[in-house]
Amino acid sequence: MDRRVVVTGIGLISPVGNTREECWDALLAGRGGVGPITHFDASDFSVKIAGEVKDFDPGPVLDRKEQRRTDRYAQFALVAAEEAMADAGLLEDKPDGDRVGVIIGSGIGGMNTFEENHSALVGRGPSRVSPFFVPMMIGDIASGLVSIRHGLRGPNYGVVSACATGAHAVIDSALQIKAGRADIMLCGGAEATVCPMAIAGFGNMKALSTRNDDPARASRPFDKDRDGFIVSEGAGVLVVEEWEHARARGARVYAELLGAGATGDAHHITAPDPSGRGASMAMAMALREGGVAPEQVDYVNAHGTSTPYNDRVETAAMRSFFGGHAEALKISSTKSMTGHLLGAAGGLEAGITALVVDRDRIPPTINLENPDPECDLDYVPNASIEHPVGVAISTSLGFGGHNTVLLLAKAPDKR
Amino acid sequence: MASIEERVHQIIEKELGVNPEQITPEASFIEDLGADSLDTVELVMAFEEEFGMEISDEDAEKLTTVQGVVEYLKANAE
Repeated sequence: MDRRVVVTGIGLISPVGNTREECWDALLAGRGGVGPITHFDASDFSVKIAGEVKDFDPGPVLDRKEQRRTDRYAQFALVAAEEAMADAGLLEDKPDGDRVGVIIGSGIGGMNTFEENHSALVGRGPSRVSPFFVPMMIGDIASGLVSIRHGLRGPNYGVVSACATGAHAVIDSALQIKAGRADIMLCGGAEATVCPMAIAGFGNMKALSTRNDDPARASRPFDKDRDGFIVSEGAGVLVVEEWEHARARGARVYAELLGAGATGDAHHITAPDPSGRGASMAMAMALREGGVAPEQVDYVNAHGTSTPYNDRVETAAMRSFFGGHAEALKISSTKSMTGHLLGAAGGLEAGITALVVDRDRIPPTINLENPDPECDLDYVPNASIEHPVGVAISTSLGFGGHNTVLLLAKAPDKR
Repeated sequence: MASIEERVHQIIEKELGVNPEQITPEASFIEDLGADSLDTVELVMAFEEEFGMEISDEDAEKLTTVQGVVEYLKANAE
């Protein structure tokens, strides 16, 4: 018999809030978290703005010694995982660790740790590279650390697919559950790359917004004056669980993960295929798996990065796939408020979409002052709305042409 | 200028995240202060930085207690 997968816990850290509810409240209020870079001196950089997490305090989860040997990206993962576990009732009601796995990905991993240790190498020699350098920096250590903290012995690894990383982690986790290798999986993504190398690198690709004098209005998906994305940090971790297992323990279910699409563009290392074919095919795949017709989709949490290319191509892909129904869709890009969390985006946005499905409220696309004529769908401009959402999708498209679509529907006990 | 003991204690407190009361002369880094093999390497690196010296792997292996370190540095640091 087919095993079904539901979302029973959500932990979020982003530039708009350090907890799930802080993020949700900010998103509904249209409050953005993009501002001037404070994590390092960006005066010589062409890009001086980013989405930074404010006042992050890992203290409740990591003691001083653990903090010193954990890169910021993994700290985000650990704290978000803790919130997700608590939310799912799994801290008081400890599950059988053998049946719980962890797949938390990162696009880049411990870049801050790499920079610090590389400076030590170059400035003071090889003997100055920390013995913790490797285990702090690698992109899979977040999954390892979460499993160590909670005694989770199911499938355990990281995934990497740039901006689609968090979504692929959710997809893989659902597959592990369906294969019977686990009953519960912690999944999502974490990223902490508001640091010199990343801002310089992404900046020199001309991929980032340079609206340095007005950061609050810099992330403006689908708007005529958009000029690039905002690098942001944080984590989104979900607890996904086999439905009967969740039901038996009386878990609260946010949404069911009905299906997923995963395709490649086979086009270019950074630019999306202008036909939007890869993205539409991922939508088709997800809906086919979930047994859902395009007309049943109510809400799309778009990839919506605020780059000239993505927003236009993604709109074309939605028109092409949904046909006439495209105009009835409610679509929003929460990146307008959070910025682009890169490897964490897919996890954060899966969490947001599950909340939308559960709560029938849709966060807006803010800064949508003059829609691009080529972006002519309903992006829920500037103010959130109450709207029944029975079925939703979350789209994440990564550099390298990695396309993912997650299909979420109302919880089985709420239909 | 703080004494060698004080400087060593400060480094141990910072690196191992332990409380000052735990840092007794006989305390073993691994057995009493919760250090693992990676911690002890980093601890030695921190002593090298602070006291401006190189500590050979051979010597480092023998630095297993607080007092051991203090005595070694008194004998070998400038």
